[in-house]
Amino acid sequence: MYLTIAGMMLVTFFPRVIPLWFLASRSLPPRVASWLRYISPAVLSAMLLPSIIAPDGAVYLHWENLYLMAAVPTLLVAWKTRSLVLPVLVGMGLVALARLVWGI
Amino acid sequence: MLGYIPIGFAYGVLAQKAGLSIWHALAMSVFVYAGSSQFIAVSLFSAGVSPLSVIITTFICNLRHMLMSAALSPHFRGWSKLEQAVFAYELTDESFGVHTLSFKEEDPGKPEIYAVNIIAQVSWVLGSWLGCTMGGLIPTVEPYGLDYALAAMFIALLVLAISDRIQAAVAVVAGILSLVFMLAGLDQWHVILATVIGATFGLVVEECTRTR
Repeated sequence: MYLTIAGMMLVTFFPRVIPLWFLASRSLPPRVASWLRYISPAVLSAMLLPSIIAPDGAVYLHWENLYLMAAVPTLLVAWKTRSLVLPVLVGMGLVALARLVWGI
Repeated sequence: MLGYIPIGFAYGVLAQKAGLSIWHALAMSVFVYAGSSQFIAVSLFSAGVSPLSVIITTFICNLRHMLMSAALSPHFRGWSKLEQAVFAYELTDESFGVHTLSFKEEDPGKPEIYAVNIIAQVSWVLGSWLGCTMGGLIPTVEPYGLDYALAAMFIALLVLAISDRIQAAVAVVAGILSLVFMLAGLDQWHVILATVIGATFGLVVEECTRTR
């Protein structure tokens, strides 16, 4: 078990450090630098969207999909307050509340 | 970074329910420290999947951090290799989001950058520990909305990361592609593929609008 965890540690650590080691000291071509600026919105959205539209692996566009429904107010709170903590608390609170009230 | 305690808690509860010992669960939070792949690993362990498959799945799942590391690299010019390694060890989805936001303003400096990472990992380990120890007391985390902490965190990070129309379009394209790839059965690869195509789309749009 600990051997497996050590293996997981290695395959997690090296992808995280290698680009930094090789790229940080270089000046990147402008196109590469522009490309890298789009990584952040792309990767965050690529992780988020499947988890709220298809939480169980199949598209679930329904008002009972709380992950999707709660995303709207969570997004609005994030947009208006520019805070990280507040939207998380609002999102979790709404999901908990909806389950309590409607028993979904 | 507070977001990490509830997510860590949910991980701890899941690990406890899956029959993982508290030491194994915590060792993963301390040494591997990769939220989503820890969740996946727990479910794979309880399904009795071979250690090698767990390691390979972890590798593919965490390949996206290569892109995050590359995206942050311009800000680490004056850092030694060891300092970069210490930073990279604690580079996660959430800390990447937070660092992207803080670099947008001005370089916060090494102490603050490290502090963000350390606070995040301490919250993660603390949350995991609480989840493991209290997992026996609560049947599920759903009534408390804890399972939504990760998605809510991504929503907030995404909204704050978008600063112009092209970036917003990139987010839409990458999100939809990721969903399509996942449904097409590209297990674990969908995020990294969608990210690469989405960012390339952004670059193409940028070049086209500039020449006009």
